[in-house]
Amino acid sequence: MAETFLSIRGVQKSYGPNVVVQDFNLDIGRGEFVSFLGPSGCGKTTVLRIVAGFEEPTSGTISIGDRDVTNLRPNQRNIGMVFQAYALFPNLTVAQNIGFGLKVAGMAKAEAARRVAEMLELIKLQKFGDRYPYQLSGGQQQRVALARALAPKPRVLLLDEPLSALDAKVRVSLRDEIRSIQKELGITTIFVTHDQEEALSISDRVVVMSQGRMEQVGAPFEIYNFPKTRFVASFVGTLNVLNGKVADPAKGTIAIDGQDIVASRGLGATKAGDSMSVALRPESAMLVDLGGGRNRMRGTIEDVSFLGSVVRLRVRFTDNTILMDTFNSPNFPPPARGQTVTVIFAPEDVLVLDGLEAA
Amino acid sequence: MKTSRLWAWITFGVGAAYFLLPLIATFEFSLRMRRGVYSFDAYRSVLGDPYFQATFFYSVLVAVFTILLGVLLVVPTAYWIRLRMPRFRPVVEFITLLPLVIPAIVIVFGYIRMFGSSSPLPFLASTRGADALLVIGYATLALPYMYRAVDTGLATIDVRTLTEAAQILGAGWTRIVIRVILPNVLIAVLSGAFLTFAIVIGEFTMASLLNRPAFGPYLQNIGANRAYEPSALAIIAFAITWGCMSIIQILSRFAPKSANQPR
Amino acid sequence: MTEISLADGSAMQDAPPAPVRRYRLPLDWLGVVPFLIFALMFLILPTTYLVVGAFQNDQGEITFDNILALSAPSIVSAYWISIRISLASAVLGGVVGLAMAVAISRGGLPPWLRSATVTFSGVASNFAGVPLAFAFIATLGRLGLLTVLLNNWLGVNIYSLGFNLLSFWGLTLTYLYFQIPLMLVIITPAVDGLKKEWGEAAAMLGATTWQYWRMVVIPVLWPSFLGTVLLLFANAFGAIATAYALTGSQLNIVPILLYAQIRGDVLHNPHLGYALAFGMIFITGVANIFYIWFRARSDRWLK
Repeated sequence: MAETFLSIRGVQKSYGPNVVVQDFNLDIGRGEFVSFLGPSGCGKTTVLRIVAGFEEPTSGTISIGDRDVTNLRPNQRNIGMVFQAYALFPNLTVAQNIGFGLKVAGMAKAEAARRVAEMLELIKLQKFGDRYPYQLSGGQQQRVALARALAPKPRVLLLDEPLSALDAKVRVSLRDEIRSIQKELGITTIFVTHDQEEALSISDRVVVMSQGRMEQVGAPFEIYNFPKTRFVASFVGTLNVLNGKVADPAKGTIAIDGQDIVASRGLGATKAGDSMSVALRPESAMLVDLGGGRNRMRGTIEDVSFLGSVVRLRVRFTDNTILMDTFNSPNFPPPARGQTVTVIFAPEDVLVLDGLEAA
Repeated sequence: MKTSRLWAWITFGVGAAYFLLPLIATFEFSLRMRRGVYSFDAYRSVLGDPYFQATFFYSVLVAVFTILLGVLLVVPTAYWIRLRMPRFRPVVEFITLLPLVIPAIVIVFGYIRMFGSSSPLPFLASTRGADALLVIGYATLALPYMYRAVDTGLATIDVRTLTEAAQILGAGWTRIVIRVILPNVLIAVLSGAFLTFAIVIGEFTMASLLNRPAFGPYLQNIGANRAYEPSALAIIAFAITWGCMSIIQILSRFAPKSANQPR
Repeated sequence: MTEISLADGSAMQDAPPAPVRRYRLPLDWLGVVPFLIFALMFLILPTTYLVVGAFQNDQGEITFDNILALSAPSIVSAYWISIRISLASAVLGGVVGLAMAVAISRGGLPPWLRSATVTFSGVASNFAGVPLAFAFIATLGRLGLLTVLLNNWLGVNIYSLGFNLLSFWGLTLTYLYFQIPLMLVIITPAVDGLKKEWGEAAAMLGATTWQYWRMVVIPVLWPSFLGTVLLLFANAFGAIATAYALTGSQLNIVPILLYAQIRGDVLHNPHLGYALAFGMIFITGVANIFYIWFRARSDRWLK
């Protein structure tokens, strides 16, 4: 990680007895893209608004580039922000919206016009400068909002669920556009979202939050593959939970519906006969054996859904069922409902949930 | 933040004083009829006045007929416009807004000239005719409010789907309007009705110029000749308006929450 | 499978490719005929009658004499007082109504106060006419409660200071009782339409509260405000009952003049009466056209 630029230290926020954010500590490097991910009400937006200056933390400090900004008013912090509901000024044209921060700062007209033109080019809306917000689509409005936030060259960019009001296709393309603009400008960015796919695809690091607490901080790869808490494991991605009993703690074997499987890590101090939950990602299970001491479980196909590139199967063992994804191929028609199959997965992919913090 | 809240309280306080003072003063004045003590003598005098009873009853009757005429005129039209002639809607909306543009005194002036006793349509030649013309005039005045209330009510139900559903089940037009559409916009119609009532009950201009024995001209007459009764009447009138508005607000809580809103 | 497709084929041959066309007369418009007849008979024609009459003389010839005759000093002064009272009550009512709307919508007042204010405004905006005049006589008349209290407690006799309820300011003050609530009822949705995010976005861009108000809030509210002021103007301009009950025929405003003309042809020229009515429609009409225009503009923004 590059040098720390934005630092959130010991931030706590409570409304009366209601604690919304507790003990939030995070150092963000210069030019880093960090996402706050969590369900609604987890405190992610509150932290963002504390950074912006709209909320005062009950305790803790915010500093940007070695300067403590905790007591500065929002309009003194030099931060750019994009809101979920566009929030473009309806009475101003696109160009006037983008130039708002420049005008307020008293920038010379010619210079401001140059900067606005530059921003319009950045968001590829050169011809839209004279339009009003109501004449633009949602995606276009949000690009203008981004340009408006970036025009005064803020030190930090805050994105508060900027994509949730848009429809699916625009969401993906704007997501990529935001990421490429962010990289091009090298601006330190915090992105708040409840959509795990969004967070994983766009960020350098992801902060998963739940009930006002940080659950885990890490690169998307880490968060997805090595969740540290039960919450992270279940919130990020789809997870099959299998309930069984420990068969032999020394060998790491677990009996699930009477079939023994091996988990390579996390069994810890358990004894035979203990109840045990393990988890498996849908993409970790296969119907083809690649060899190398993998787990094999016999089950029955209960349901087949064709999702395009992926075929999702639901397989029932006895009490447990799992969802598994297999790649579509025109040469291999998917198995039929009721067919008996062998589900194969590596011991490394078995996630022992009881080994994680319950949190 | 603190200063803005203080500012809001001051603004609100000044406004509240301006609006409550006349009510308090009027009420206080209405109690002063008997020398030296507060009493409800003025109210007793007003309520016992046969002219009060006659004119008030007359105005209530006129209001009821006005509401009936308004509903008959507005509900089918608003429904039909939404169902079959959406392109015609701006025209009808424009017409319904005209009574806000043309002052009541001008409308009634036109009536007097057009429907005089020697005209082809001599409304003013008979008492019944003049009564009818007053009802018509009031329906015109209430048109903007009635139409807006009903149209808003229709907007919350999917008129087209409801109609088609009723047609598939074999209902005819009369049955559709009476059994399907009207119950669904009943709240809106009632809101419009009570607003109409509030506007019509004390109306002065039209009733006076058409020489009708209505409540409005009676009020004016009392005002010119009595001291304490006008205050009592003002309080009564305010209470009636308040009652109508409260009923409208209570009704709006029962308005159908649209399950399938169009658009 | 085969049977079904065969059956389909034969059906196709029986029926013509186009669906059966029933030539129906376009009768949809019949549904609005009662309404149109009513509007024509009791709204449009009576008004047209007066407007046409304003441009005719006794012989039915077209003339502008009636319109020109409106320039008689007494008529001009009636229009002038009417316009001034309507304008003063509209602008003052507009400013105060807007301030109260901002206070209840943005001022952090308790929610029950907001709903109470809106309900009361609904009542007060419809509490016009004769009873309103009574209320103000009881308050600010020569023997009104406030007049007496100010005299007894503060030693201020407002009547000796030049105040008179039966004057320009007295009538304006009375009209404010329905103008302010009307403004409040109409403008509150527009004030509610100001998004919290606009203020936050402006703050993030470095704007002070005043800059935000000057560059965003005021321009956004301006069309609705101006439009509603015009509506209030028209509202006051056509009102007669309050003024008549308050002042009798002392105050020479257009509706009272027209009232007297209808009653007894005080102008001694029926066609001049028509011209007077035409002048009223013209003024309220212009006010309303601008109202609609401003309204459309702000609706577009606040969609």
